[in-house]
Amino acid sequence: MASLARRNLFHDRVRLAVTLTGIVFAVVLITVQLGLFLGFAMTASNIIDNSGADLWVAARGNRNFDQGAPFSERKLYQVRGAGGVAWAEKYIVQFARLKRSDGGEEGVGIIGFNPETGIGGPWHLTAGKVSDLKAADTIIIDEIYREKLGITSLGQAVEINNHRARVVGFTRNVRSFTTNPRVFTSFKNAQNYARLSEDQTNYILVKSAAGLDPLVLKQALASRLEDVEVYTNSEFARKTQVYWLFSTGAGVGILVAALMGLIVGVVVVAQTIYATTIDHIREFGTLKAMGASNAYIYRVIIKQAIISAAIGYALGMGVSLVVVRMSSNGGASVQMPWQMAVMMLGLTLSMCMGASMISVNKVTRIDPAMVFKG
Amino acid sequence: MEAAISVRSLTKVYSAGASAVRALDGVDLDVKSGEIVLLMGPSGSGKTTLLSIMGCILQASSGSVRVRGREVVGLTEKALPAIRLDHIGFIFQGFNLFPTLTAGENVEVALDLKGVRGKEARRRAASLLEQVGLAEKYGSFPADLSGGQKQRIAIARALAGEPDIILADEPTAALDSHSGRLIMEILRDLAHGQGRAVVIVTHDNRILDYADHKAYIEDGKLAAPVDPENRKPEEVMAASMPLSLLSAGDRTRPVA
Repeated sequence: MASLARRNLFHDRVRLAVTLTGIVFAVVLITVQLGLFLGFAMTASNIIDNSGADLWVAARGNRNFDQGAPFSERKLYQVRGAGGVAWAEKYIVQFARLKRSDGGEEGVGIIGFNPETGIGGPWHLTAGKVSDLKAADTIIIDEIYREKLGITSLGQAVEINNHRARVVGFTRNVRSFTTNPRVFTSFKNAQNYARLSEDQTNYILVKSAAGLDPLVLKQALASRLEDVEVYTNSEFARKTQVYWLFSTGAGVGILVAALMGLIVGVVVVAQTIYATTIDHIREFGTLKAMGASNAYIYRVIIKQAIISAAIGYALGMGVSLVVVRMSSNGGASVQMPWQMAVMMLGLTLSMCMGASMISVNKVTRIDPAMVFKG
Repeated sequence: MEAAISVRSLTKVYSAGASAVRALDGVDLDVKSGEIVLLMGPSGSGKTTLLSIMGCILQASSGSVRVRGREVVGLTEKALPAIRLDHIGFIFQGFNLFPTLTAGENVEVALDLKGVRGKEARRRAASLLEQVGLAEKYGSFPADLSGGQKQRIAIARALAGEPDIILADEPTAALDSHSGRLIMEILRDLAHGQGRAVVIVTHDNRILDYADHKAYIEDGKLAAPVDPENRKPEEVMAASMPLSLLSAGDRTRPVA
């Protein structure tokens, strides 16, 4: 037998369209907002996540990756002198002004690393090589920021804090959480661009020796070094994410928008499923008169909700995937790992089934004697 | 023979704030298997209330209703659907078919409630439609059927649960005389041919001849007048004889 729930649902195509629109709207809004949140979080810590380091040594009071205070590079030798260290590298992260060829200026985030090892350097290179940064006054930027920085081709020269900088490579999708594009360069160039004195660094990246637990090395370094803090890679990534997403309010705004999507979705779905139930209330009364239990009728209504959820989810995820794809070329990254897609399926089902509870409550109160009226 | 439905001292009071309306007042009635009983009376007399209570979809205020010997007054709301499912088939004036389902699927819903599904449900639904002469309408939607056909589908649906009691509310009121007769022939076969108890609430004088017994309700009380001049019952009803003038011995349908 054709499902009564399915027939009730598809009988009124206009109402079905309204229901599905509500679900799709909610699914897209929630997915994109959560994807944006996830994208922001991943972008905020992308360099840490791709650094290959086990530990980060930062100046005491450090709040996030992008705002590391400089400290003496003598700490580097102290770190290298500690047992259990496979390697340790200086690392610069500093704000600077980039002067475009057309005279305009943009703020950039200078990332200075050792191009001999490539540790903490750029990834997803589409043009040039990390080793090209061994040459003086060379930089690598991301393709996304070419227009913003006025870079039209490889080899083009710009100025960073009045120092010449020649573009020798491009990356793809190496975004910055802030409005300041990342500019990768050698540690020595970075010192010039950032106007740091020669004996200063912002971070020390550390790799523990094979077989040594980074947490053990972290404790050893923390007790050995003064005026600095030592983080594991994941600790520092989390610290940076939390700072940018919650201390600045950016993440809260995104989560509120996602919550609004959920509320709007529930309200629209509840309203339309309720209206459908009211339309068929006499039929539900007839079912009751025929001997159907409340549970039987609940199953019909919940089945309607599940069918609506399944179709709305499929359509909503389709739209969301388009948004995700479009975002890959934009300034803001929208991420949608498979775990989020699965979570959204659960959320959509819960949303629709929760919304149908109002209708279930209504049906519970049906007086089956209504079937004799008119 | 044990009554299919036995009603004793049945009272139904509808409360509305401080006021109360006594819809049924001490009704006694027996309906036996294999007979057709017509419930007649003016609008608002309590016919449908009585039918609803006999059908276990409305709770009585007091009294007794036994369905196949089982007392149903006082049963919980959860217990009543099972009584309806096992013993009672309803036929409604407005047919109450599911408009989004085909004729066959309407019958299959009733079978589904009894746990009959799949091919067996389709086979039995087809058989039931054949019984009411509509085998070829299995795939038709109610909107494409005439009133008489809809009511025959409703009868097939009511029979799907194999009930021993059929309760019909104005089953011919919305039909032309030909369709009405067809419906009554089917109902008569259900009673006389298949041994089911059939109770029909009606205002339709055209079906009086199908009745084995007629019961008249007015102001919530059962009173079936004997007509000394051999007038038809509806003529007696039309004469609006005050029920207070009827003695207990005047009732044509004494309780068993």
